[in-house]
Amino acid sequence: MPITYTSGEQIEVYRFSFPVTVGVPLLALFLQAFLPRRFPFFSIFDLPLLVTIFFAMARRNPISGLFTGAAIGLAQDMLGAYPIGIYGIAKTVVGYGASSLGAKLDVENAGARLLVTLGFYLVHAAVYFTVARGMVNMTLNWSWSRGILAGLANAVLGVGLYFVLDKFKQRT
Amino acid sequence: MESVLGRYRNLTILVGVLFLQVLGLAVQVKRSADAENTRLIRIWAVDAITPFERALVWAQNGGSNLWRNYFFLRGVRAENRQLKQQIEQMRLEQVRLSEDAEQAHRLQQLLAFKEQVIARTVPAQVIGSSGSDLSRSIYIDKGSNEGIATDMAVITAGGIVGKVLRVYPSTSLVLMINDQTSGVGAMLEKSRLQGVLRGTPDGEVILERVMSDEKVEPGDTVLSSGGDQIFPKGLPVGTVIKVSPGREMFLNIQVKPATDLSRLEEVLVVTEKQEHNAVVDSGVRVRAADILAQRLPSVPDKPVENGAAAATSAPGNNRVAAPAQTANPAAKPQTPAATSAKPGAVQRVATPTTAKVPSAQLPAAAVSDGAGSTGTSPHGVDDGGKPTASQAPKKTAPHVASGEAALSSGSPNGPGLKVATKPASDRPKPALARPSPQPFATEDGPH
Repeated sequence: MPITYTSGEQIEVYRFSFPVTVGVPLLALFLQAFLPRRFPFFSIFDLPLLVTIFFAMARRNPISGLFTGAAIGLAQDMLGAYPIGIYGIAKTVVGYGASSLGAKLDVENAGARLLVTLGFYLVHAAVYFTVARGMVNMTLNWSWSRGILAGLANAVLGVGLYFVLDKFKQRT
Repeated sequence: MESVLGRYRNLTILVGVLFLQVLGLAVQVKRSADAENTRLIRIWAVDAITPFERALVWAQNGGSNLWRNYFFLRGVRAENRQLKQQIEQMRLEQVRLSEDAEQAHRLQQLLAFKEQVIARTVPAQVIGSSGSDLSRSIYIDKGSNEGIATDMAVITAGGIVGKVLRVYPSTSLVLMINDQTSGVGAMLEKSRLQGVLRGTPDGEVILERVMSDEKVEPGDTVLSSGGDQIFPKGLPVGTVIKVSPGREMFLNIQVKPATDLSRLEEVLVVTEKQEHNAVVDSGVRVRAADILAQRLPSVPDKPVENGAAAATSAPGNNRVAAPAQTANPAAKPQTPAATSAKPGAVQRVATPTTAKVPSAQLPAAAVSDGAGSTGTSPHGVDDGGKPTASQAPKKTAPHVASGEAALSSGSPNGPGLKVATKPASDRPKPALARPSPQPFATEDGPH
């Protein structure tokens, strides 16, 4: 699974049409809210996170990535029960990190995407728990077994999802 | 300075965006008493998502109803028969429970207890979730337009679900009991030990704050204690499935929720609770035994001239007339002597009640109508001031009501008692004069 260092000239930067830019995150949020009620196991996935990572890595622009992450995270917060901003902060960091990584590494192949998604899932969880416990004083507990399992599940789903979303990429 | 910002432009923007969000969080945490400061943007998000969820739920329900009501009718007849049998069993159980409740009411009145009952509920449909594995909450399709308010209890027929956390005009967010931030006052049914019910990261439910030297066993039932002022006392919460030593001196008690929280479809929101002193109804009531007696085959009731010479069942009828078994509460009751079997009747065993408190020790309120009753048994007092069979001038009343004897055995045909039963369809089924202790009055019809 090669994760190759790529020079700036070799990097392909993609953009997306407006309907895709808005519609895909909204669809991800909707499915995330709706599907777990019908399929309880689905709650282990974090579709908004996967969409954040995908857009950030494809655009390869840290500013664009962090704003994408912030917007999706805040929208997810608005639907949740906890204070607004916990997911926002976590996904801002992930968006920034994924786009920065995408600007330096070729993350177009499945293996690289799997590892990157797993890594960013754990980063996301770490930031989320840090903010939730440190700032909001929520009594959340971290379960390593569940965290790793959920990270792997999200990584596998992410690889499949990215290949579908690749169809919407437009070369700049 | 400008060159530094330009050089680290991306990082600067990241820090700025994070700072703004942290600031927003800090404001919310400071004003956490009410979530009004974020209400507007939450409404936007909820309004954007929930219409699609409603539409999908509606389409899904329509499709499944079509399938269930028109195409998938195989085995319905057998199921119907089975359900009818189940209804009969439950009716009998209801009679027994209402009798127990009656007794509990009297005792509560004796002690001037405040009791809290569910007065009104609103049925609602689950249309979505918060969309996160880290928070366990659901959206329901009823909001402030239907009278929902924050901190209302959400339950199902099986047990408690959670509480209303946020209310929007036509939607509400419900925090479930398996969320890590939820806390429900709970107690163990047998030992009455109280604790706090919380969720875990895995979505399980644990009972905390029970001392490790207490005896708790898997299988014990957990009920709401009412201590949280949200859930009325006594609602089913779940069953203990695992007990292990926890942190400090407390047990770690894992509870299986009474309701399957991952597959909720319809819930009830408790919109009104009533708290009042336990009062025994002063209106004309029918005793549980009488209700049962009506359901069992008997000769028609005859008007009785003298209370002492009460009517007995006719020869050949295999049931002896139970005390005050007439549907008309005004009918004169019978003395125990009057219950002696005639030829052909089955002899019943009269067992004394266990309650042996002399009436003199009971305040008048305990015996709802006094009327010279000795009132040794909770069953021995009939409203309307008429003594029943168990009100014979004895300190310990014979417990002779056939219905009670049969029911206390947990079977329609109790030990030592033969009761001829007719098919269920032949029996008259009067409506209970007094419903079960906590009827869920609903504002809407079922979905």
